[in-house]
This record gives sequence, structure tokens and C-alpha cells, in this order.
Amino acid sequence: MTTARLQKFVLPLLGLIGVLVVWTALSQTVAPDLPSPAKTWNESRRYVLEPFFKDGEMNQGILRLAFYSLVRVAKGFLLALAIGTPLGFLLGLSRPFHAAFDPIVQFLRPISPLAWLPLGLVIFQKSEPAAVFTIALCAMWPTVINTAVGVRSISQDYLNVGRVLKLSRAKMLAKIIVPATLPYVFTGYRLSLGLAWLVIVAAEMLTGTPGVGGFLWQEYNSLVYSHIILSVATIGAVGLLLDRLMGLVEARVKSS
Amino acid sequence: MPYLEVRELEKTYVTPRDATHVLGGVNLAIEEREFVAVVGYSGSGKTTLVSLIAGLIPSDAGEIVLDGAPVTEPGPERGIVFQQYSLLPWMTVYENVALAVDAVNPGLPGADRRRLTEEFIALVNLTPAAWKRPRQLSGGMRQRVAVARGFAMRPKLLLMDEPFSAVDALTRTTLQDELLRIWNEHRSTVILITNDVDEAILLADRIYPMTPGPGAVLGPAIEVGLPRPRRRRHMSLEPAYQKARQAIVEFLRAARTNR
Repeated sequence: MTTARLQKFVLPLLGLIGVLVVWTALSQTVAPDLPSPAKTWNESRRYVLEPFFKDGEMNQGILRLAFYSLVRVAKGFLLALAIGTPLGFLLGLSRPFHAAFDPIVQFLRPISPLAWLPLGLVIFQKSEPAAVFTIALCAMWPTVINTAVGVRSISQDYLNVGRVLKLSRAKMLAKIIVPATLPYVFTGYRLSLGLAWLVIVAAEMLTGTPGVGGFLWQEYNSLVYSHIILSVATIGAVGLLLDRLMGLVEARVKSS
Repeated sequence: MPYLEVRELEKTYVTPRDATHVLGGVNLAIEEREFVAVVGYSGSGKTTLVSLIAGLIPSDAGEIVLDGAPVTEPGPERGIVFQQYSLLPWMTVYENVALAVDAVNPGLPGADRRRLTEEFIALVNLTPAAWKRPRQLSGGMRQRVAVARGFAMRPKLLLMDEPFSAVDALTRTTLQDELLRIWNEHRSTVILITNDVDEAILLADRIYPMTPGPGAVLGPAIEVGLPRPRRRRHMSLEPAYQKARQAIVEFLRAARTNR
């Protein structure tokens, strides 16, 4: 076997086995309430093998639950891009705007989703828009900041071309500023998507809406701990998948 | 009054820590359809001079008058071929040239603008590469796109800032010959900035040597008495060539030792 194949398949497999061993050991020693890998699989089998079944609001196949979460994330994410992209361009293009709003951005950026959600509930009175609001508010900052940084780091050479040709403001934006910034913007989008997915669990746990996060919290309250692990694994897998997909989009933009 | 007149042009770059006096009173005069070269050592302030004439940076003193109008801001009537090509990497060769054609011919119908764009691409022999992006081109091809874009601006004055310094010696020779041919066809007014004395003599009608900075100035212009159209072959054997070369080299050497 070549070392390349060893690196690519065998070593990750060994890592996974290591985790399963530690997990089993933990469940049999210090954490008796932690379901072992085998128990987790037995109790979760139906959710994985029939991923789209629906028995009730909170009792559904894991992919169906993940789909609800993804739709919610998509709404929040798109809202984040719709607000964050122009905001980032304004921050990067206009010094007065930057002076006025950058401190506010820096101030709002580190606020946790757990803090925004109650405020969203107060504003919207309903859990669904509150969750989307929270996702958007937490996820938009990487887009805002990356876009602003991207605009500011456009090579003076490119701008000089536009100046010599006396391009109008609109043409300067469309032909030079936006294309030159695009790679930064898409890095922002990828980071924003990761954040949006991170926030979804908190949002669903607090609002109790159906989805992977809501399911996780409900199963914790019903003492079905194996389903917590199932949810955690699903969140991880979907998050990884989203990041890879967005990475592909990003690479495409950067190479064009 | 000459077509382009530069009088007592001064420029100092000021940073919080210190100030660099780059140009100390540059004088320059060019007639219409004249090809003038400015030759000097690297770092003497040649690019600063180009940026000032282009209007990309403000001067501290002196004035620049092109065709009766003082230069205050950049504009396509002073086209530039930048040292680092400055092609837009997200655009194809065609789009890079079309950007210039569209900018200076806003009233022209689309079909005519397309034809013009194709003409300028053909001028530098890049028609087969028209749909490639700069990344897919060699350094020499990129510089040809930049030259095509410069001519596509139909400028009153074309500024070329060490256009061939980033390409290898063999490619440089080809590009110089090509520029010679294009200029013979178009006869635009050109200022070529270079550190290559032979390049200056091959291409220019007159050559201004630049003293090394700080406070660089231009020496008296040296006429290149070679007839046009010029050919590279045997040119270096002509007395006029050797006379011009000697005058430039002597001026530059003296300027360096007198500092």
C-alpha cells in the first residue's frame, strides 16, 4: 500500500477508531449515563436508516430534521448576505461611513446568539422570525468585515486604470471594485455560513422549533441521551458538508 | 508653445517620519507626434514623473500643460502603459481592451466599438488569445495587451513607464520592434520612460537623460539623428547612434559622480 493511501484512508480510520474506543471507555467508567457507541447506534438506527419518517412534530427522521434546520439557516444566511454585503462595501468605500459605523460593528460583533434571541422574540413575538433574525445578526459579521477589508485592499494599480479611463462611479464599481473584492466577499460568505450553522442549534434550543437543535434539546429533556449524540454527529456532518460546498464555490470565484 | 510642456515640476513625498525630495524642477517640452524618451537610473524618480503627467498624483510646484490645457486630474487623453501591466485579471484580453475603447468612445455604436477593440488586439498580434485571461498569458503577451489598451485610449499623449522592463531580453527585443512598427502606423505623441539607453535610441526622436535623485532634474535633450522608419539591424554601427549613446552615457555618468 502506498503512503498516500495510508495517509488518506487508513490514518483517518484509525483516528475514528481511537475516538470510539475513548467514547466506550468513558461510558463504561466515569460517565455511566453516556450511551456507548453501540447503544447510540441501536437507539438511533431508525432515525438514520429511515431519515425522512415523520411520527410527530419532534419525532422525525434525522435528515428531515436537518432539512428544517437547513431551511432556517438558509433564510438567516441569505438575510445576513443581503445586509452584510452592501454594508461591507459601504464601510470599505466611504471613510465617513466607516468612521460612523465601524465602532458599532466592532461593538455588535462579539455578541452571542444567546443574547440576541430573546430580543428577537420580543421584537417579532414569534419563534421562527426570531430565530432567523438571530442567525442573520450573528452570521453577517464575517461578510461585513471581509468585504470591507477586500475593498480597502484593492491594488492601487487597478484603481489607477479606472481613474485614467475616467470611469463613472457605477462603472468603477461594476468593472473594478466589485470583481476585485469578490474573492474576499466569498471568504466572508463561507465564514458566515459556518457561523449561521453554529447559531442554529442555540436558536432552536431556545425556541423549541423542530430541527436538529430543537430535537437535541427535547431528547435531553426526555432523557434519551443517545439522540443527543445522534444530533451532535448530524450537526457536525452537515456543518462539514456546508463548509466544503462553500469552499468549492469560493475556489471557483477565486480562480475565475 | 509646445504640445506638452512641463515647467519646473517638483515633487516631495512626505511621510510622518521624513520627506523625500524626488523631483527638483523638471522641464520638458514635446511637439505633437514626437516620440520622446526619458532615460535614467532606477529609483531616480521616473515613475513619479509619469504619475504626475498622468495626473494620478498632485505636484508640489510647477505646471504641466497639454495642448493648451493644464493637467489637474487623470484622463484618457493621457493614456498610460503601466510598468506592471495593470491588466484587470478578471477580464479577458478582449474585455481589458474593450474597457478602454468603450470609455473613450461612449457615443459609438456597439458594433463599431467591437470592431475597434478587435483592431487594437490585432495591432499587437493577440487575436488568437483574445478570449484568454491575463493569468494564462506570458509576460510579453500581457505587456502587449497593455500596449494595445494604451493605444486604444486614442490618447493625445501616451505615457509608457518602463513598459518592457519586466520581460526577458529576447521578448523585449520583439516588443520594441513591434512598438516601432505600431508607432510608425499611428504616429502618436509618446513619452517612454526607460533605463535602457539602447531602447531609448531605437525608439525615440529625442532623449532626456534624468539625473539620479533626490531632487532629480532632466538634462538637455539629446537628438537622435537616425532616419525613420528605423530598423534594428546595423543600427548600432551608425555614427548617429553612437553619438547619441555616448552623449547619454556621459551625461548620466557625470550626473552620478557629481552628486
